[in-house]
Amino acid sequence: MTPQTPLRWTRKDLLGIADLSAGEIELILDTADSFAEIGERPIKKVPTLRGKTVINLFFEASTRTRSSFEIAEKRLSADNINFSTSGSALEKGETLVDTAMNLQAMAPDLVVIRHGHPGVPHMLASRIKAGVINAGDGAHEHPTQALLDAYTIRRHKKKIAGLKVAILGDIEHSRVVRSNIHLLHKLGAKVTVGGPRTLMPVAMEKMGVEVAYSLDEAIHGADVIMMLRVQLERQGKMSFPSVREYFQLFGLTTERLKAAKKDVIIMHPGPMNRGVEISSELADGPYSVILEQVTHGVSVRMAVLYLLSGVHEETV
Amino acid sequence: MAKNLKPKTTILDAKQMARIIRRMAGEIIETDRDLSRLLLVGIRTRGVPLAEKIAAEIEGMEGQKVPVGILDITLYRDDLSTVAAQPQVKGTHLPRSLDDCIVVLCDDVLYTGRTVRAALDELIDFGRPKAVKLAVLIDRGHRELPIQADFVGKEVPTAQNEVIEVSFQATDGTEQVRILERGTRA
Repeated sequence: MTPQTPLRWTRKDLLGIADLSAGEIELILDTADSFAEIGERPIKKVPTLRGKTVINLFFEASTRTRSSFEIAEKRLSADNINFSTSGSALEKGETLVDTAMNLQAMAPDLVVIRHGHPGVPHMLASRIKAGVINAGDGAHEHPTQALLDAYTIRRHKKKIAGLKVAILGDIEHSRVVRSNIHLLHKLGAKVTVGGPRTLMPVAMEKMGVEVAYSLDEAIHGADVIMMLRVQLERQGKMSFPSVREYFQLFGLTTERLKAAKKDVIIMHPGPMNRGVEISSELADGPYSVILEQVTHGVSVRMAVLYLLSGVHEETV
Repeated sequence: MAKNLKPKTTILDAKQMARIIRRMAGEIIETDRDLSRLLLVGIRTRGVPLAEKIAAEIEGMEGQKVPVGILDITLYRDDLSTVAAQPQVKGTHLPRSLDDCIVVLCDDVLYTGRTVRAALDELIDFGRPKAVKLAVLIDRGHRELPIQADFVGKEVPTAQNEVIEVSFQATDGTEQVRILERGTRA
């Protein structure tokens, strides 16, 4: 009987941050707050999703995201099944649509999918009844990462509106960056992206961010610094001369950090390359919240699984 | 939420509530003189102000503070697959370990017993209390599970189409207990 009726989650799927409203994002973050405590209990399990089946479908390698989802599913008592590309029918020539139809025939309640191509989760979502959670599609979106980043920022800064957030590094190959920009804008933060020209997509300004081509300029006055992993495996020789040169120009060091605010926090979606994008001293230092991000990842994914599993066909 | 609900009678006013809660506090300390192992746990939402009021009464009588915990049973509900969208989870906070505690669960209304069933399941996940007891302000009957309260403020026989509305200053800005009647749908 509170005056304002609380927002209800009504989406079947979580495909990206771009479609979400600020209210929906805050609902997920508030829900995650309540789930954080479960990870501190002696028995880290609640019966909420008992009898629900979750399929984790990973077409690309992932350790952190997949284990984070798995732990979240188990803490909610869901039954989970993992599929990965190696050894799957997809390698044997099955089309994606057939894979989807076969999955649907097993009647899962939720499907968590990571795929190298953008839009695959969306295609899957339109073809199956189960709720679909995008765990990364190409360089497009990675919504749960952006949500856990926002959750971590909120824990430290109490709010997101008005903060200056610098996202640095390999912008070109990052799926995290797009989801994060959408989310931070929706919650009222100011975003600057920084990195070498060769790793900066054209027309980045169109996303409403400031673009800086020097690290010092990008982190000046920042409340939050998000480092991105240099995806060494995807670099062409032309855009990336050497690790040493990169660290000298764009590596985050204690000296460079002085340009940021005194209470800055440093984030990294992992896995990090020490001595490439960030110095070890900072990665392990007092400003780093990198391991907290991993802990919060479980709470945020529990929140997403919980909210999505409550949406039934009749309400969609 | 208040759709189609018409107030029928006010069964308790603030004064009567205070008197009843004082009596319940007295009954709770009567059953176990060792207050050091007592823990009051309020079930969200309106079990929490009840637990706090009982704790204040006990402190007034015995001069000893009794810890108060909060239990959010949302994740243990048995009707999650039938409600339209997931209810908001607000979190559980227990100030101490439950091992060897006498836990007194507090809720405003005892009805089907399903909330208490969920609360018991959740409590057990936090440890092994020496005993769990149940205190409710209103027992309105219509149990669907074999659950009874140890401390009852007032028994109120009700019809199924009636709703008991308990208001506390802390949660609702007023202090009273009313019976509301569900109107017939047009």
